[in-house]
Amino acid sequence: MPLENKEFKPKIVAFCCNWCSYAGADLAGSSRLTYPADVKIIRVPCSCRVNPMFILRAFEKGADGVIMCGCHPGDCHYSTGNYYARRRMTLLFSMLDYLGVENGRTRVEWVSAAEGVKFSETMNSFVEKIYSLGENVRLGDLRCKS
Amino acid sequence: MSSEKKQAEMIKEISGVNPLKCMKCGKCSATCPSYNEMDIKPHQFVSYVINEDIESLVDSKSLWKCLSCFACVERCPRDVKPGKLIDAARQVVVRQRSQDYLKADEIPELLDPELPQQLLVSAFRRYRR
Amino acid sequence: MQRIGVFVCHCGSNIAATVDVSKVAEMALMEPGVVHAEDYQYMCSEAGQAKIAAAIQEKGLTGIVVCSCSPRMHETTFRKAAERAGLNPYMVEIANIREHCSWIHKDMEEATKKAVILMRAAVAKVNLNTPLQAGESRVTKRALVIGGGIAGIQTALDIADAGYEVDIVEKTPSIGGRMSQLDKTFPTLDCSACILTPKMVEASAHEKITIYTYSEVEKVSGFVGDFTVDIRKKARSVDMNKCTGCGVCQEKCPSKKAPSEFNRGLNTRSAIYTPFAQAIPNVPVIDREACIKFKTGKCGICSKVCQAGAIDYEQKDEIITEKYGAIVVATGFDTINLEKYDEYAYSQSKDVITSLELERVMNAAGPTHGHLERLSDGKAPKEIVFIQCVGSRCADDRGKPYCSKICCMYTAKHAMLIRDKYPDVNVTVFYIDVRTPGKNFDEFYRRAVEQYGVNYIKGQVGKVIPQPDGKLLVQGSDLLDNRQILKEADMVVLATAIEPNPDVRKIATMLTASIDTNNFLTEAHAKLRPVESPTAGIFLSGVCQGPKDIPETVAQAGAAAVKAIGLLAKDKLMTNPCTAQADILLCNGCSTCENVCPYGAITYEDKEVNDHGIRETRRVAVVNNALCQGCGACTVACPSGAMDLQGFSNRQILAEVDAICR
Repeated sequence: MPLENKEFKPKIVAFCCNWCSYAGADLAGSSRLTYPADVKIIRVPCSCRVNPMFILRAFEKGADGVIMCGCHPGDCHYSTGNYYARRRMTLLFSMLDYLGVENGRTRVEWVSAAEGVKFSETMNSFVEKIYSLGENVRLGDLRCKS
Repeated sequence: MSSEKKQAEMIKEISGVNPLKCMKCGKCSATCPSYNEMDIKPHQFVSYVINEDIESLVDSKSLWKCLSCFACVERCPRDVKPGKLIDAARQVVVRQRSQDYLKADEIPELLDPELPQQLLVSAFRRYRR
Repeated sequence: MQRIGVFVCHCGSNIAATVDVSKVAEMALMEPGVVHAEDYQYMCSEAGQAKIAAAIQEKGLTGIVVCSCSPRMHETTFRKAAERAGLNPYMVEIANIREHCSWIHKDMEEATKKAVILMRAAVAKVNLNTPLQAGESRVTKRALVIGGGIAGIQTALDIADAGYEVDIVEKTPSIGGRMSQLDKTFPTLDCSACILTPKMVEASAHEKITIYTYSEVEKVSGFVGDFTVDIRKKARSVDMNKCTGCGVCQEKCPSKKAPSEFNRGLNTRSAIYTPFAQAIPNVPVIDREACIKFKTGKCGICSKVCQAGAIDYEQKDEIITEKYGAIVVATGFDTINLEKYDEYAYSQSKDVITSLELERVMNAAGPTHGHLERLSDGKAPKEIVFIQCVGSRCADDRGKPYCSKICCMYTAKHAMLIRDKYPDVNVTVFYIDVRTPGKNFDEFYRRAVEQYGVNYIKGQVGKVIPQPDGKLLVQGSDLLDNRQILKEADMVVLATAIEPNPDVRKIATMLTASIDTNNFLTEAHAKLRPVESPTAGIFLSGVCQGPKDIPETVAQAGAAAVKAIGLLAKDKLMTNPCTAQADILLCNGCSTCENVCPYGAITYEDKEVNDHGIRETRRVAVVNNALCQGCGACTVACPSGAMDLQGFSNRQILAEVDAICR
């Protein structure tokens, strides 16, 4: 896709679990820790709610990066949810890599409710990575591109 | 950027130290074996860099009295590394005056088995980037 | 088609300063399903809620989106407002345009664009919302308090006085905790045991309180209102019903080598012991590791001298299972390990001690019977140095990053008490700051300096060097006088950092209560909900939540008790209606979902299914709405896509993804 005529503004979807990472994002907000506006957060009850279908849909609709945040292993509010999420995402990202969606476009990060700083640092570094990777051209459904 | 500010920035960059982390506890001064020889004390090095008063630091005796033993770096509870600031200030002085006094290749010839190890380590710290 | 109303909050200038709120409302009207959009100063206020109610009634809205602060703040507020106006409370979605937008993005154009996108995602979601009914679950009117220190005792007393049954589980042989180890308490200089023991007695005598000492929580299952807990009562080897507390067994026990935990290892105790004289229950415990009978099979003196025949070597651990409605964690603290602080010679010299060890030395029931003497040779010290902030306020991994809060005050207390009792002893305190935030605290510290002549030096200590003559050479710096000080001290006291009791990690995992990197339990909201864990039904009391002194601990203990009482006072709780649901037409009864459910909420039933005219009986998954907590693990594990989560359905989340990536 020709990039010369428009400035690249990545679309980044973040799935955050309600108990830890969403609260961590709230703390980052209350502490006024900035990160780029390209990141939009979708709240899920637990990281285990994130179906690989959602991530594929995001790339299909034009997302350039998807990050999933959850509670630290051992601290899941639903005790085992993040273990399933961790295994699932390992497989999914490996498959996406095989399909040509670079490893850097997806990420899993464990952020607790007290880690506002970690949340903003994670988002900052993830967005920086996506900028360096450029626009995502794989898995995109051309009918969705405006 | 004024020259003072530039020098302060250079010292911060060379040493990798963030002087704002200092909580002014004085543990560095408490540990320093050369304390009594110094005019500007270890706990003051950091303030001088923050206030960009590099000239006083460069003209001080402390710069050369510091043994680079790094006890202050080891003991500092805030991980401020004041000893590295002194090393960086020394670098600034050396660069101001001339190029490196000593090239790394020349050192093996000058080696004297009587020289204490620490001296060699300090010399390398001072003369490498 | 839904009729959606979008309400954009200014939140004063919190949102309006960086987001063009009227533009967001304007753009909302262009979204499918939106028939009403407005913006207002404070949506959560009475007036704001009235606007929402008015719009719901006048425009016949079937769903609303509020663009405001985090749902974790006001989702409940807006749900209630909707309900009062006659709309199902689950037809409400919140777009977080404050914490996730206006507060972190400086550029108005960027922030507004993002706010519009977040609004679109919320509208897309609410378009697919269905009205949900919250179910009911029961509340067991019994509370569990984990930890029997002052925090646990106070919480238990407050809950019991309100008329509810409470169990205290304490892992040491007696309740009392750290406060029982203190000599005097600041700022009143009350004798610690004198103010603690009446509370301990009250707790043990209270008809509604059951105390399990020498016991630990082993397993927790269930959820708020209905927890099932396994408590392991470790074998004391003494029959609690027969023991009279006469103490003869402790006197006669020949094994006297075990280090006394109560005296921080400064002296020893017998193998059969009560930790301190006022222990409650006053029933000893046999430390099987130190007991000669348990190690070699020979001895048995305690059994012979016991008039009541209470010794029982065959006693085994007992597991007690109880049901509770609320659990309060009050596990307390310990001082950190000083092994990385070799500059202070703590392990090299017996005369370098921690402040808690000094408490034991100064206490009349301690290893020196209250005489201030050097632990190495028993001589009276003439020169004592206190070092503050040992292991606190540390950015490296040797210590803790936080301030331990109590040390400045207790050192002033120690210094003052020593100067008062031994006026010829010189006391010096090396400090970084003196923190005296409570009532009468600063006055107390000034008394130590002005009235008792304690020498406060602003600076730290670099090292403590034990000398051959037994003295300690302290090398410190005085920042105000700009000199390095070399002091010969007889005793050095380290104000050591405190950390939560290490067992708390295990307990937090059992309760699924959040814990931070310093092992302090996280509160639901730092300012507004300081005694509740984000996990419903779990409350926090005392230092396990953060460093604090005794007045604050007692205050917080009362607060935790009130929250627990508020829960126990309900006859039933409304359960979360955002539960999983299986579409019986798609379910093939494969059991994958059952395996991943952490709550055992899924079972299988044979149901009559009418699938496009084919009538048959199929084994399908059934979700118990009272047990389901709505995590969604089953929905993703389900291979046929039959399982979905109400409130966070697949289509809803996909709609949000579509709206964001548009």
